Amino acid sequence: MVKIGEAPEGIEGQGFFATSLDKAIGLARANSLWPLPFATSCCGIEFMATMGANYDLARFGSERLAFTPRQTDLLMVMGTIAKKMGPVLKQVYDQMAEPKWVLSVGACACSGGIFDTYSVLQGIDRIIPVDVYVPGCPPRPEQIIEGLMKIQELAKNESLRRRNSDEYKKMLESYNIETAE
Amino acid sequence: MTTAHPNTQSIVDAVAIATENLASTNLDDYGMLNILTSTNHLIGLVQNLKDNHGFIYLTDLCGSHYPERIGAEFEVVYHLHNLVENHRVRIRVHLPENNLSIPTLVNLYSGANWMERETFDFYGIQFEGHPNLKRILNMDEMDYHPLRKQYALEDETRDDKNNTFFGR
Repeated sequence: MVKIGEAPEGIEGQGFFATSLDKAIGLARANSLWPLPFATSCCGIEFMATMGANYDLARFGSERLAFTPRQTDLLMVMGTIAKKMGPVLKQVYDQMAEPKWVLSVGACACSGGIFDTYSVLQGIDRIIPVDVYVPGCPPRPEQIIEGLMKIQELAKNESLRRRNSDEYKKMLESYNIETAE
Repeated sequence: MTTAHPNTQSIVDAVAIATENLASTNLDDYGMLNILTSTNHLIGLVQNLKDNHGFIYLTDLCGSHYPERIGAEFEVVYHLHNLVENHRVRIRVHLPENNLSIPTLVNLYSGANWMERETFDFYGIQFEGHPNLKRILNMDEMDYHPLRKQYALEDETRDDKNNTFFGR
């Protein structure tokens, strides 16, 4: 039998299992992350290998890629983001519904990488908040999987109140991202 | 080794006529004809090469900046190609920093449109008569022309790099 996720802590008896809502929802979210691949360069090629049969991102419940931000909850930014591309990336992030996570893959997305130049954004965290950084130039598929599993950990353990907290709103405001009321 | 194309001499003569002997020509190390002309003669010269010598293709158009060359700090370079005879020429025009204006080639070669926009984007050279001279590659908000030598190549908003170690 295929086992997708470990059952959270809870009270188990004959015919029932009781746990907290946070943990049940976290389990569901973590194992059904829908990624939006924002792939602009070589890290995107590594991501294609990650999606392929050898590495198989589908094992983590993430086989359902979508290029529509409104249906996805994990933004995977893979590759060099030019400053001209910045507003586009920010708009994609804005259009995603909460809860949403951001995985920054590769040296360029994390810090500009070797492109220390006037036309390249020096890390996507200058315009949108990032949850997990994957280093490498480009990182191997194993590293991208490691990054995804870190995102899963975040999703699994996140409090259901986090996205409504003042702290979270302040964080978004520090990126000039409007928070919905 | 210099191997001039058989038609090079006839083009040199045509250049002399079109520019009233004010342009200079020479062959580079690979036998390619170089023409140095001025903004006044550019259109007539290119028109002549296109109509009478088969240079129907504008391979490339670019700018360059030589800050140390006083009075001719900027340069626009055109590469023309005669596809039938496989013959190429390079045309250069010097521009002083205080008058970066040169006639557009859009009426002769439609392909010049985006290349002139690119040259404007990176060097700020004004192509007079261009139908849509605005930035093409850099973001519209950019307020300078980044390939001019006075601007640093590096992103100047970074404060986490030590110049000693990063060669900035």
